This record gives sequence, structure tokens and C-alpha cells, in this order.
Amino acid sequence: MRRARIALPIITLLVVSIPSIAHHGNAAFASSQKTIKGTLTEWVWSNPHSFLLVDAKDDGGNVQHWRIEATAIPSLIDIGITKISFKPGDQVTVTLNPVKSGEPVGRVMNVVLPNGKTVYFTSQGSGLTVDGNEEDTLIKVNRAALTVSRDASKGTAP
Amino acid sequence: MATRIAWAAIPILMFSVLASSAQSQQSGPAKNTSEAVAPAPVHDISGTWMPANGPKDGIQVNGVKAMPADGKPEHTPPFTPYGLKVYQSHKPLAGYTAVQTAFNNDPREACEPVGFPRIMFYNFRETQIMQDSSKVTVLYSYANIWRDIFFDGREIKPVDGGVTINGDFRESRWYGYSVGRWVDDTTFVSDVYGTMPDDRVWLDEAGRPASDKLHVIEEFHRASPDRLELTVTIDDPKIYMKPWIAMNKFPMKLEDSHIDVQDMYCSPIEIKKYNTEIGDASSGITK
Repeated sequence: MRRARIALPIITLLVVSIPSIAHHGNAAFASSQKTIKGTLTEWVWSNPHSFLLVDAKDDGGNVQHWRIEATAIPSLIDIGITKISFKPGDQVTVTLNPVKSGEPVGRVMNVVLPNGKTVYFTSQGSGLTVDGNEEDTLIKVNRAALTVSRDASKGTAP
Repeated sequence: MATRIAWAAIPILMFSVLASSAQSQQSGPAKNTSEAVAPAPVHDISGTWMPANGPKDGIQVNGVKAMPADGKPEHTPPFTPYGLKVYQSHKPLAGYTAVQTAFNNDPREACEPVGFPRIMFYNFRETQIMQDSSKVTVLYSYANIWRDIFFDGREIKPVDGGVTINGDFRESRWYGYSVGRWVDDTTFVSDVYGTMPDDRVWLDEAGRPASDKLHVIEEFHRASPDRLELTVTIDDPKIYMKPWIAMNKFPMKLEDSHIDVQDMYCSPIEIKKYNTEIGDASSGITK
């Protein structure tokens, strides 16, 4: 147990820990990853899940209307993602866990913005990440953003 | 710069993962010398409190913190035959009995009030506590729900259909009726009665039930100036054969009083849009 507790943080730095019991809808999503490139048509800011709508072409050149789930608003704000982090018309690259049914639906892992910056939603990936599904690594930094001293009008798009 | 931040954050990550992986809410040693020697204020649990192990520690997506619905015997509440029947009728989105999104029957997904004590077992985030000479008021971030815990000497007794307060009947209500008392300088205990029946509310995200016979005991223990520990006991003889603990010294830390607590609501419009765009498709329902 002690050994496992010591090993776990190291593992978590590199890979996301998949819950062993079903979070709602977890069973619907594959553990595989898929990357799509396309146009963001809407960033739906809502609870219990915000989500991205992205039009992306498949291998045959056909436009698919992807619906990509993120987490709840408070969790997003905790890691610095806001209602204006993504804008309709943005050309984005999204890495996601697709649903097993084959529908163009998935759960977001990260989004590469037009400016080249990457917004991470899970702890996968190298370097320091912001995380919408696991423990927050930037919690001390992002909590400060919620105090009255923050200039909310500037927005928080990374 | 990014590399320096990355290395500096590793201890933070390791600490937070250790704290969450153990799923233990036992109070640990104070983090610094000043916390260890400074006494907690007397008869004062006021402040803006958030889960000490990170904001997601209170989400409890798989059921109550001390008894997650993982199928393990030690995490299975002691159901009565009736309680088990009600539990088996629930189709939750969480826990080991979870169903796909489109097939759930959780009243919360229909934006019904979550009620008490589920307000503590679903997205339990920044929680503001205020008090005056008559009551402690708890303000929850989810749906901006609040409730009063009176310590003005009123007597609450459970009766069929609700409670009596100093002999006067009051019907069951979503967040019950609460009375509290200081059991020592830093511990405030409340008793809650008169919550809603089991066909209107669930106890937690995993579909455990709660009836209008429920008695909840909350213990707020201010362990230090910056730390509050919450213990919640469920005593519902209609649903469970004996009392059991749903939160065990759940640690909370004091936040900056200037913090602007983010609200979180259930909007039927937003739920419908989510189900239309994602919920149905992820459940294998195609248009």
C-alpha cells in the first residue's frame, strides 16, 4: 500500500488515472484517442457539462459535426477556462476520447488554439497541465483568479 | 519559466494525489507551526470553506465520500428490505450501477431540487457559513441553496409528514429543519429532520435512497483557525437498518473572504441541449 501510494503520483504525472467505477457516461467512451481538426462552431457553457461543437472533415472529406464533452463550469473556472476561452470560428485541433458507438461524439482531452497554445483537460501530456478531470495542479494559481482583485474584463483565454 | 513552474508544482501534485488516493478524510497534522499552536476561535465556524484536498474532492461523483458506490461490501449501506427495493429502482449516472445518460431516472437530471443532505453530496464546493445570535446559516454554491440551523432553543420533533416546532406542525421540505448546539468550544452539532420522501429525492449521485424518516447528524469541528472537519451521519430507519457515516471528518480549508463563489445551476434548457447533442448519442441512441 505504501509502495503504491508513492508510485501513484509518479504515474499520474504521465498518464490519466481511469476511475475503476463508472462515472456517468464513462462506459460510453473509448480509452483510445482521436485527433480532429476543424472549425469551432460553438462553445456551450453549461452544467453539468460544457461542450464544444466542432465541424471537422473525415478521411473522405465529409464534414462531421463533432460534439465534445468537457466538465462542469466550476471545474473549468478552477483551472482558468472560461466562457470566452474558445470562440466560434476558431480553427482548432482537438484530441478526444470518442464514444464507442461511432457517433462523432467524444470527451475532450486537449484543444490546440489558433495561436498554437494548448489547453489541457486531463493530466495526459507532457509538462505541466491544467486538468479538468483529475486533481488540479495549478490550484493555488487559479484560486487567486477568483478573488476580487482579478480583472475579469480581460478574460482568461490562454 | 514553464519548466521551473513544472518542477515546483510536482510536490503540489504529489501531495494532492496522495491525499485523494487514500480516500481518507482523517485530519492530519497542521501544515505549519503557526497552525499547530494557534487555537481555533470559540463558537465560530463562520467563513468561506472549500474542500481542503482540492475543489473536486467534494464533487462525490460516485456517491458519498465515505461510502463510494464501488460495489465493495464495506461501502454498501445497510439497506432495509424496503430500502434495497427503492435503491434497485434507481437508475443513476454514477457508481457501479450507473446507466447510460439517456436511461437514467435521477430527479436531479430533471432539475428537481437535490434536497438535504444531497446538497452536501453533489458538487460540494465553496461553502459559506455565517452565524448570528440565533442561528448558523450555511450557503452552498450549488444552486445558491441555503439553510438555517437554529440554536435558539426551539424544539423540533419528527412526526408523520414533517416535524413539529415547539408543538406546531410543519410539513416535510426540501432542506429539512435543523437545530444545533455547541458541544464544546469548537464543535457545532446539528440534527436535521423533516426532509422529503424517497419518491422525490435521492441521497447521493449513486442512487442511494433517503426517506422522510431521515435524521441527519452533522458535526462541524473547527480543528484550527483555517480548518473545518465535517462529519455527516445518516440515520434513516425506513431505508437503512442502522446509522452510517457518509462523510467522515471531511476536511475543509478557510478561503479568502473576498472570493466570489461561482454558482452552479441545473437549467432544463442546458440539460436538454446536452442530451440532444451528447447524451443520447453517447448512449447509443441515434436520430
